[in-house]
Amino acid sequence: MSQIDLSLVDWSRAQFALTAIYHWFFVPLTLGLSFIVAFMHTIYYRTGNKEWESITRFWMKLFGINFAIGVATGIILEFEFGTNWSNYSWFVGDIFGAPLAIEGIMAFFLESTFIAVMFFGWNKVNKKFHMISSWLVAFGSNLSALWILVANAWMQNPVGMKFNPETARNEMQNFWDVLLSPTAVHKFLHTITSSYIVGAVFVIGVSAWYILKGRHIIFARKSILIASIFGLLSSVFVAATGDNSAYDVAQQQPMKLAAMEGLYKGDTNAGLVAIGILAPNKEIKDVENPFIFSIKIPSLLSILAERDVNAFVPGVNDLVYGNKDQGIVPISERMKKGKTSIEHLKKFNEHKKQGNTTEAERSLKIFEDNYKDFGYGYLNKPEDAVPNVPLTFYSFHIMVGLGFFFIVLFIIALYNVATDKLKNKKWLLKLLLWSIPLAYIASELGWIVAEVGRQPWTIQDILPVSISTSHLSTSSVIITFFMFATLFTILLIAEVKIMLSQIKSGPKEL
Amino acid sequence: MFENLSHLALQQYWWFIIAILGSALVFMMFVQGGQTLIKQIASDETERSMLINTIGKKWDLTFTTLVTFGGAFFASFPLFYSTSFGGAYWVWIIILFSFVIQAVSYEFRTKPENLLGQKTYDTFLFINGFLGTILIGAAVGTFFTGSEFSVDKMRITGGESTIISRWENVTRGLEAALNITNIALGLSVFFLARILALLYFMSTINDDNIFEKSRKHLLYNSIPFLGFFLLFVGLLLTSKGFAVNPETKVIFMEPFKYLHNFIQMPWVFILFLLGVIFVLTGIFMGFVKKSTQGIWYSGAGTILTVLSLFFVAGYNNTSFYPSVFDLQSSLTIENSSSSHYTLTVMSYVSLFVPFIIAYIVYAWKSLTSKKIDRNEIETSIDKY
Repeated sequence: MSQIDLSLVDWSRAQFALTAIYHWFFVPLTLGLSFIVAFMHTIYYRTGNKEWESITRFWMKLFGINFAIGVATGIILEFEFGTNWSNYSWFVGDIFGAPLAIEGIMAFFLESTFIAVMFFGWNKVNKKFHMISSWLVAFGSNLSALWILVANAWMQNPVGMKFNPETARNEMQNFWDVLLSPTAVHKFLHTITSSYIVGAVFVIGVSAWYILKGRHIIFARKSILIASIFGLLSSVFVAATGDNSAYDVAQQQPMKLAAMEGLYKGDTNAGLVAIGILAPNKEIKDVENPFIFSIKIPSLLSILAERDVNAFVPGVNDLVYGNKDQGIVPISERMKKGKTSIEHLKKFNEHKKQGNTTEAERSLKIFEDNYKDFGYGYLNKPEDAVPNVPLTFYSFHIMVGLGFFFIVLFIIALYNVATDKLKNKKWLLKLLLWSIPLAYIASELGWIVAEVGRQPWTIQDILPVSISTSHLSTSSVIITFFMFATLFTILLIAEVKIMLSQIKSGPKEL
Repeated sequence: MFENLSHLALQQYWWFIIAILGSALVFMMFVQGGQTLIKQIASDETERSMLINTIGKKWDLTFTTLVTFGGAFFASFPLFYSTSFGGAYWVWIIILFSFVIQAVSYEFRTKPENLLGQKTYDTFLFINGFLGTILIGAAVGTFFTGSEFSVDKMRITGGESTIISRWENVTRGLEAALNITNIALGLSVFFLARILALLYFMSTINDDNIFEKSRKHLLYNSIPFLGFFLLFVGLLLTSKGFAVNPETKVIFMEPFKYLHNFIQMPWVFILFLLGVIFVLTGIFMGFVKKSTQGIWYSGAGTILTVLSLFFVAGYNNTSFYPSVFDLQSSLTIENSSSSHYTLTVMSYVSLFVPFIIAYIVYAWKSLTSKKIDRNEIETSIDKY
């Protein structure tokens, strides 16, 4: 097998991670705030009350500032599949390209057309059309999330396709399998509702700051009321869809689940780690306890992963070195099968070129029989199939912890705003304000679990990241990495400063 | 209905959709053209604001067209996506970079505490208008002049490199800017975008000063446009082209290939002629007749002309993304496309396009039914 330039792979990875993380600073707020703005706009439309117009306009303005930079970081992500992951783009483009194109055709045009009406339509277009435009923006943003998440889910759980040995790529067989795979559905629901939490926490936090400063009290109370109802409903939904997503991971990506839980040695009646600190020097093969300290809830992991108290949940070691009793094949064997598959793909094409149909047929059969492990053929050693456990573990647990925290937070906020007890509770207002960064952290951590946890795969079991890159010099990617890092950081600082100054000046009385 | 079409028919249909998106993009780049004209047309801050706000209502639509153009290319001709974007890395990165700085500039430029100051954001808009138009034009030029790459799908099974599409030079696409045909097309797009912007200003802004200045600059930009465009057309019609043998699929150089394509597809030639006539009519109406409606003629003309160029690049057994490094690596609509199934699915999705165009037109009309004037810009709170 040829030499793979690992520094190129890592820098390409770093660049993609950088753009994805920056992009995700802005997307959740867009998804969540768009609906909150639409609710407020509807109330204004129904009541004609100037106060609601001023509330709507204020949040709409913040939405716009955030939206612009979300768009700016998004365009890079789309084209980066081509610029930095050229092999990937061909290998799965027949399936992966479709949702990206549909996102553009069905969602982005809706968003960009009606966002102009939403911002500039005040007193220009009729009031009903204006209000509907706000809804269409919210609908368009969330629809775009659907398509990109379908694409991402397909990478985690590749379904509805078949490899074509003549074109050396996967080809789509069933669009509905791709669109409606449980992984796609749960990922979509989990991601958008968690984004609604970000939107809700943002609105509540900013409003809490006004109450702390004794400004715009009525405005702030109304905003908190809307946002905490929206947030509470969303956060309950997030917990439910998160449970479904974890079940999908257990079925499709058991290695990711093992990393999420720091589970090295598999078990029946496996417990779920509620709180844990990982041992820093733990190696895959050793028999050391992976935890310095942990509190586990008995059997809960078995229930979560298999919906069965007594079920066996495999750990990292079972998956890497195999477990005969549980019928788990060691990765060394899957690597052999993968190599056979790759080799016979090559032979199939050689035989075909020479016109040797019998041999070609034979190679094709061997290739297909082993295709399930195709990607393993590119790994150098079995341990390469293990993601970064501490990063995945901590990201997952902090995310889940924050998820439960938000449920409680929304209940407290809703109770206090409904009974008008908010303005005397300084500690609560401060807590609401300082929860804003927590919402962003939880949201980013979710992506770290999803993306770090699935390493080394771009397409689960079929294509590793190391075979996905473009034919580039490492130095080119290093230069563009720093170009984007610098630009995005400057733009982020500008965005935050603009937001803060808009918040300080507050809603305009009309 | 689409599932019964042959693979080739679907490939041709999708080349048609790509051509529609590409031509819509060139038309919509009046936004970029406008961004390069602010200094020349505006005499004070209010005028500057009027110009930026009239194109500012449209920037997002242009941006979306670009993104969708890329996405549709990915879905329908993924080998182009993986070969060109991963290969001509630097050209595409610079284009993308210029669009990133554009996307924030409208929203941020006049907001307090914007870190970089209004001047910087306005400069960002200029850079995007300048580089975006020229480089996209030059990149499309390589559809006719070729690039240096090689494609071998079996590389994924190992060997010297596992990468299917390799770019075979170190300038990574920047070399496109050294070819005279590409430069001529790039500058044609640049000046055309400015012409369209001027006609757009004349149509949507109610201000005598801006109208007169725009009219004057219409002439200044039409002359270089015609020069570069005629140069491009001349070079195109006299050059060798990248032809495909329909039986063997072998790619070979054919003298006057693009001229032959026009002759062998007379309907494309008619589109081209109509397009050029419409563009010129729009300019004539704006400059001589002082009409405000020139944008519609020049806009329609732009779409027809660009459509015809895409057809000449991809139809009639032509390689639309040729390789001069290894002729047989050249991409055609047949060897670079998605599967029959995927193209069928995407064809159903394409049925949404007329509906999308309809709501864009409706929203556009309802927002621009009243022209922007000095009074509105000075009193409005809803502006960039």
